[in-house]
Amino acid sequence: MSQSLEAYLVLSALLFAIGTFGFLARRNAIAMLMSIELMLNAVNLAAIAFGAFTPQLQTHAALIALLVMAVAAAEATVGLAIVIAIYRNRRTPLVDEYASMRE
Amino acid sequence: MALPPTIPFLNWPWDDLLFLILAGLMLAAAVFVVIGRDIVRSGISMMFAFAALAGIYVLAGAVIVAAAQVLIYIGAISVLILFAIMLTQTKSGPAQLVFHRQAWAGALAAVGLGLLLIVSFINTQWPLRVEQRLWSATDEVALLLFNDSLYVFALQVVAVLLTAAVIGAVFLAKREEAPDPGEPAPVTLQRLRRPADASAAD
Repeated sequence: MSQSLEAYLVLSALLFAIGTFGFLARRNAIAMLMSIELMLNAVNLAAIAFGAFTPQLQTHAALIALLVMAVAAAEATVGLAIVIAIYRNRRTPLVDEYASMRE
Repeated sequence: MALPPTIPFLNWPWDDLLFLILAGLMLAAAVFVVIGRDIVRSGISMMFAFAALAGIYVLAGAVIVAAAQVLIYIGAISVLILFAIMLTQTKSGPAQLVFHRQAWAGALAAVGLGLLLIVSFINTQWPLRVEQRLWSATDEVALLLFNDSLYVFALQVVAVLLTAAVIGAVFLAKREEAPDPGEPAPVTLQRLRRPADASAAD
């Protein structure tokens, strides 16, 4: 099982689906950011899995995963700063109460 | 005492057992991140999911990525998210309603996406794949990163991006000094109330 590409890919698909559900369904902005992190991890796992079973991709996959991690760190920093800035204004982390942009 | 090459009675390689344990742990932790009512517990559970995923990276032969996963995700991003949770916790505790009212549509979309991905992954013939899993060597990663001009460029871009992200985060999260007349009502009200309370105390 750990020797089959499909097992890793199916695991990555499941993780991505879980992250998608969390991003669409959670009300808390930080929980949405955590779901985005789960989805980024799923993509990383797929890249690593392809690298582990394709000789031409092997080191490239590790590098792509590392670059994705760096970008994810930047995304988390800015996203959390935005959440905190909005929280300071509206006193709630729940996204469905940020309705003023709609009016 | 040496372990037998496969699990006794089951005839599986040990790697498979480890893969199943880590995959189950990661999926359970990820589901708890998404459905947990208390967001602090969701954050801690996310660290478990990242740790299990680091183990899966080792099983997939990418040791350097597993080390980076522990350093960046468990060490930095999780701590950042936990701090943000602490800064945005309301006094009333966990929200009564964790999900949107339209969460069923999100669940439908997520299940559909997951099924689509799984079906397409299983039904695709990957032409370049090999049967045996490969181990990636760390020194080759370093050579590729600093010799291949494409990756050197990407490295510089990431460096600029991280710098910009840090500066941007500080700019976004810092408190403004002077009160801004164009601010929305709740903050203005709060600022107006303070002198009144002070004069009432007098």
